[in-house]
Amino acid sequence: MQKGTWAVKVGLAQMLKGGVIMDVVTPEQAKIAEEAGAVAVMALERVPADIRAAGGVARMADPERILQIMEAVTIPVMAKCRIGHFVEAQVLEALGVDYIDESEVLTPADEQNHIWKHDFKVPFVCGARDLAEALRRIAEGAAMIRTKGEAGTGNVVEAVRHMRAIQAQIRKVQNMPDEELVGEAKQMGAPLELLMEVKRLGRLPVVNFAAGGIATPADAALMMWLGCDGVFVGSGIFKSSDPPRRAKAIVQAVTHYKNPEIIAQVSRGLGEPMPGIDVRTLKPEQLLAVRGW
Amino acid sequence: MLPKVPTPIPWQLALRTQGKAKLSPRVRVGVLALQGDFLEHRQALEALGVPVVEVRLPSDLEGIDALILPGGESTTMARLLDATGMRVPLVRRIQEGMPTWGTCAGMILLAKRLREDRPTPLGVMDIEVARNAFGRQVDSFEADLDIEGLSGGPFHAVFIRAPVLLSAGPGVHILARLPDGTPVAARQGAILATAFHPELTDDLRLHQWFLDMASTHRKE
Repeated sequence: MQKGTWAVKVGLAQMLKGGVIMDVVTPEQAKIAEEAGAVAVMALERVPADIRAAGGVARMADPERILQIMEAVTIPVMAKCRIGHFVEAQVLEALGVDYIDESEVLTPADEQNHIWKHDFKVPFVCGARDLAEALRRIAEGAAMIRTKGEAGTGNVVEAVRHMRAIQAQIRKVQNMPDEELVGEAKQMGAPLELLMEVKRLGRLPVVNFAAGGIATPADAALMMWLGCDGVFVGSGIFKSSDPPRRAKAIVQAVTHYKNPEIIAQVSRGLGEPMPGIDVRTLKPEQLLAVRGW
Repeated sequence: MLPKVPTPIPWQLALRTQGKAKLSPRVRVGVLALQGDFLEHRQALEALGVPVVEVRLPSDLEGIDALILPGGESTTMARLLDATGMRVPLVRRIQEGMPTWGTCAGMILLAKRLREDRPTPLGVMDIEVARNAFGRQVDSFEADLDIEGLSGGPFHAVFIRAPVLLSAGPGVHILARLPDGTPVAARQGAILATAFHPELTDDLRLHQWFLDMASTHRKE
């Protein structure tokens, strides 16, 4: 009997496909998310919109908070650690969380290196803006990828940009003869072995969710059309005026993303979405997606 | 040096099994596609040469001869079954004898009773199931199993936050157990339940076994 293998790490992400992972900050919110049909929750101290508003250094959540949320629900519980902060990751593993998000939403602890994730039994999900970044994270041991988008903005434009970038690069690689992959790998900054795997599979070799700015059922369905396997919704649910209804509607929109009648039905009278931010008005130091190396 | 990434990943399956497919009798198999790893099941069945229908709405149940309930989150799938009005027609089809196979979350949905108070299962198989029975994700594991009636040696099984059978009624036959005796696969008539995920490996024997059962059942 072997535990913590690559197959069970990637396997849990495969079980989450076609689902919605929701950010929650209290056990009550976690229960609302589970009741609405979330496939997992991300246990946080603050949702990204509040992290953005608060400024300062954003760190791993209080273990007490994470344990309360784990106690409240039967679905998988994820938690975030800072980029490169392998001790926060060790703490999260010791708590027994089901997935760790090494996340650019928190303030990076290391501006050159990410965590060597193969050393852990618990699986990791990491953010990426393009194919090379995704493949570097997978080489380090990430068993799941999410496109970064721009968290806490309620604006889907960056999520679309990142998903389209990854899909376009996959299509390009698929059409390359093998001898051109070496130069391409060098230029992109991606491991050759994984680039060859992408060419063979025609997709990332792990599950890929969309994240960062998804606020409506239609946003979620748009990301599914663009080729992701599921979505993270951060501030979009609990910063809206009617979280339980919006959560249920987004869950249905992901399952039935090819069915506009159902999306229209579930989108009716949802109340106010979270307030949005035009990403172009953010200063360079306010952008979260650029964190990651 | 780069880590060698072992990839028992099912979307490779279609590539690996090309040319090996043995043509199965014409059974139209549905895969419940509300959430979870329905694509992996689809690829396994297609590698065996079987047409697959993704089932999302009650109308998709028409015209299928057998159904697979995939792995995923059972609470999510139960919620979506109710939201789409599929619970009643689905239970009716299974009770009328449609061959049905549940893997992991699918096994939870088949159960008559759960140890937990959620989700509300379909209640079509006389078993009691405990969810997440081995612990959290760090306790997920791989193990070799001897499965009754399956030739070709042990089956390499992947268990992810897996459920177990706590008890089973007289009409239920246990097909496989872990070394400690825990039952992890069972059959009741045309209903098959496995706590693990054959769709996550490239061993197609259980899918073939299910297809054989489904086509035999159809002739009867």
